[in-house]
Parts: sequence; structure tokens; C-alpha cells
Amino acid sequence: MSTYSVSSALDLAREGPRSSRIIKLGRVLRVRLVGVVASLSWLAFGMSCHWRADIGDWSRTNEVATAAFVISGLILVVALAAFWSQRAADVVQRRAPWLVLLGIVLAVWEAVTAKLGWLPLPFFPSPQAIVEVYTDDFPKLLDSVWASVKLQLGGYAIGAAVGFITGVSIGWSRAVGYWVHPLLRFIGPLPATAWLPIAFFAFPSSWSASTFLIALATGFPVTVLTWSGVASVSNAYYDVARTLGAKPSFLVFKVAIPAALPHVFVGLFMGLGASFAVLVVAEMMGVKAGLGWYLQWAQGWAAYANMYAALLVMSLLCSGAITALFRVRDRLLIWQKGVVKW
Amino acid sequence: MVRAVAVKQAESQAGAALDVEEVSHHFNIDGKTLPVLDRVTLNARPGEFVALLGPSGCGKSTLLRLVAGLEPPRSGRLLEDGRAITGLNPSRVVVFQDPTLFPWRTVWKNVALGLEAQGIIKSERHRVDAALELVGLKSFANAYPHQLSGGMAQRVSLARALVNDPDILILDEPLGKLDSLTRLSMQTEIVSLWQRQGFTTLLVTHDIEEALFLAQRVIVFSDRPAKMKADIAVDRAYPRHRGDPYLADLRHEILGLLGLDETW
Repeated sequence: MSTYSVSSALDLAREGPRSSRIIKLGRVLRVRLVGVVASLSWLAFGMSCHWRADIGDWSRTNEVATAAFVISGLILVVALAAFWSQRAADVVQRRAPWLVLLGIVLAVWEAVTAKLGWLPLPFFPSPQAIVEVYTDDFPKLLDSVWASVKLQLGGYAIGAAVGFITGVSIGWSRAVGYWVHPLLRFIGPLPATAWLPIAFFAFPSSWSASTFLIALATGFPVTVLTWSGVASVSNAYYDVARTLGAKPSFLVFKVAIPAALPHVFVGLFMGLGASFAVLVVAEMMGVKAGLGWYLQWAQGWAAYANMYAALLVMSLLCSGAITALFRVRDRLLIWQKGVVKW
Repeated sequence: MVRAVAVKQAESQAGAALDVEEVSHHFNIDGKTLPVLDRVTLNARPGEFVALLGPSGCGKSTLLRLVAGLEPPRSGRLLEDGRAITGLNPSRVVVFQDPTLFPWRTVWKNVALGLEAQGIIKSERHRVDAALELVGLKSFANAYPHQLSGGMAQRVSLARALVNDPDILILDEPLGKLDSLTRLSMQTEIVSLWQRQGFTTLLVTHDIEEALFLAQRVIVFSDRPAKMKADIAVDRAYPRHRGDPYLADLRHEILGLLGLDETW
């Protein structure tokens, strides 16, 4: 029994380095291989564009094919570079599986829309139809993006600032809390969009009305979470600061606010989500510019390619805004690293 | 001989006299009155180290809050160097049982808190460095509190108190939550800080050995409402030794006062 286990242990020890080297080599090869497969899948997408004649009238088929070939070539270069460069290997390992999937999806999409017509046409545009929107309708799309960003940023900044100040005041002063709290309870939970009909005639312009609505949607969660953040600061912190000679302003700005900041960011995050919804609704209902308006306009003309194109831009903008907010949080709340799980 | 030097050193520097005269205090909880201090009178000479010992929840910590000026007493007077204590003053600093470091500030900025609150940090930055040096944590200046051990965190909170150059240092069970080994080394550190800086020290503890190891006088309190039961002078030079039979005898005496004679 014991001799058996000893000998098997020796076997393992003898085999260990070699088998682990083989496993490692296998892993390395697989990583490089996935890169080559990704290149092939984009090659397939490019070829699917040239497979047969388009069933519709699209002007950018050749450009899309060329772009796919170029991307396929670039992926191949990086995949080959991965045999020498560890950095390239890291990039391939991280991105390649998604690139494989994207290439396949695009190729299938191309085939079933532009080439075979299996999906009903105006509702399911082909990839080149969407690319065509970006190339041919670029100025209008850019104007819409600019209008949306301006409206969103203005409303969000006002809402966040007012919400933050209100939240700190309620959390800090009992008198302010007495007057503002009931207001908050009744007005806050109301969806900001419910104010839409009133806002559009009460404000001088649809732009100011929308700014107000976006600010309202942002302000409520920011207020409530800032308030709860300030209210939940441990008395021990105040005692410490007071025994060290802190004045009330120090207690607010150097104790209450920094301690409440993690809550504030939850509020800012929730407010951002709510404000996107209001932005799009407001642009669809009254404002004559912006991505929401563009969507509405495209629908009116049954221009579904334009709708998908605008939706894609919108999702990039929203996720970009959230990423930016998280970056700011990571910088300001660096001290939380190691305290809480991110 | 050693003791004479230590005391002389202590008395030559800052350190304020503290007088507590006939102080009573009570809390109102659910409409009922809960007496916590019953006509307490005690005096500390400038630079003296006094320990307050008593059963848990007897009102020792309340007395410290009154001395710090966090609350006014219901009756009686508290005097620092003959002047009435009416509110908070950075000349009397409290070290709490929990280090309560601000988690969003680095160690350096935590220690700088008092100077910042008083608006003198710009010209007095060197005092922060000196205080960190004093507690041996200079290399941790840029660390965040969550990266510190319990003992280190409590040393930072000591530095945060010392940076204000207090006349009276109020220690509210500062070692209560530390492990026993860290506690022993911190006791030695507190003695040497006190000898070097010369502030008057008021220590609340329920560890008899700690009180005897650190203080020049040990005041024993009764159960709530806290009344003074005994005022015991610990006439021993520093550094003291835990195995000293003199301290053991005092310990026996104090256990008796606290009604714990049978545990001896």
C-alpha cells in the first residue's frame, strides 16, 4: 500500500514538468489559434458581402466588404504577432472570442438579409444599410447627438447639483428636513414624465421644459441617497472632529459629505438611468432635435436602418456616460478599495 | 530616582490641573431618569497620570465626556487650570475605544485633522510628521485606515490626539479592543509618550493590571451611579514590572473593593 503510493508519487513527480509543459504549450497554441479563427470569421463576413448580388439597392456593399477584409487582415497580424509578443498575446486572449462571434453574427446577418431575403425587408435592414446611414446621413445624426448630449448634460448637471445640496441640507438640518421631506415624499416618486404635459406649456421653450424634467428625474434619487448618506454618518466621527476643534462647516464639508459620498454616487447612478428615459421621451414628444426625435422621425419614414443606427449611437452614449461616472467614482472613492467589494 | 526624573520631566512641560467638583449627571431615557454620576470630586495635578477604574457601565466614560466638554454636567463644576470647562477645546483631546479613523483619509490626513479643523495646518505640517514619528508610523503616512492592524490604527488615533499638543489627554479604554499582546506593548508606549510630552492623563479602564501598570493614582468607582470608592496612590517608579509584589498587593485590594475578592 505504502510502496504503491510512494511509487505513484514518484511517477507524478517525474511526469509533472513534462505534462505541465505540454498543457502550457496547448494553452498558448489555443490562444493563438483563436486569433486566427477570429480573422477567418471576419474574412467570412467580407466574403458574404460578395457572395451574390444584393436583393435590395444598397450603395455601400463593397465598402463594407473591404472594411471586413481589412479588419480580418489586422486581426491576423495581431494573432501572428502573438507568437512573439506577450502583449499581443494578451490582447488576443482578451478580445478574440468576441471577435469570432461578431464576425460570424455579421456574416449570418448579411446572408439572411441582403443575400437571401429570409427576413422581411424594411424591418430588418442589412449591415450595409446601417453603414449607409452613418456615411450618408452623418450631418443630421451628428446634429442629433450634439442636441441630445447638450440637453442631457445640462439637465443632469442641474439635477445632480440641486439634489446634492438638498440632500445635504435635509440630512444636516432638522428644520430644512421638516419642510422639504413631505414635498419630497409626494413629488419624488412621481415619474418625471408625468409632468410632461404641464412642463411643455408652463415653460417658455420645449428645451427648458425638457431640461427641467431631466433635472427632476436626476434630482430625486440624488437627493434621497445623499440625505440617507449624510443621516447615516456615525456620531463617533462628529465627536472626534468636535473634540479636535471642528466648527460646524468643517463637520459638513469634511465629515458628513465625504462620509456620504458612496451613497451619493449610487444616487448619481440611478439618476443617470432615470434621466436617459426622460431625455428620449421628451425628445420624442416635444423637442425638435436629438436622438429621440431622430428615432421618431425615422419611424415616420419607415427608415428602419436609420432607427437601428440611432439606437446603436444612443447605447454607446449611455454606456459611455455610465463608464465616465464610474471613472469619477473610482477616483474619488479610491479609499473604498479593499473596504467593500466593487 | 528614575521616578523623580520622570515626574520632574512631566511637570516641567505642558500639563494642566484638572478639578472635578461635586459633579452629578443623569440621562433621561424614555421619560425615566437614569443617574450616572453621583457627586464626584477629584483633582489631578498638572502632568499627573490618573486612572479611573470601575465596573462596566458605571459612568466612567460619561465623566470623560464631561471633562472633554462634549456635554455639560447637570450639576457641579469642572475646571481646567482653574478655568471652568464650558465646551470643547483642543487642549483636551479624547482617544476613544474605537480608533474612529476617517476611512476616506490617509493616515497623514487623519493625524492632520485637528490642525486642519483649527485652520493652522498650512504652517504646522511638521507637527503631523512629528506626531507620526512619535508613534512610529511615519512610513505609513500614505496608507488608508483599512490597511492598518488594530494596534496601528489605535496608534494613529493617539498621534491624531497628540498632534494638538494637549494639556489633558483623555483616554477612554483606548486598549480595550486590542489583542492582549498588542495591549501590553501599547501600555509601555503610552507611558513613554506621557513621560516625554508631560500632559495630564485621565485613563478610563476596567483592566486593573493596566491601571496599576500605567497610573500614578487609581480611582475606584462604585456601580452606577458612579461614586468614588477609593483613591489609591501607586507609589512605584517607571518602568514598572508586572510581577512586582507591590502591584500585586494593590491589585488584591482593588479586587476586594470591586466585590471580586473570591476571584483572587
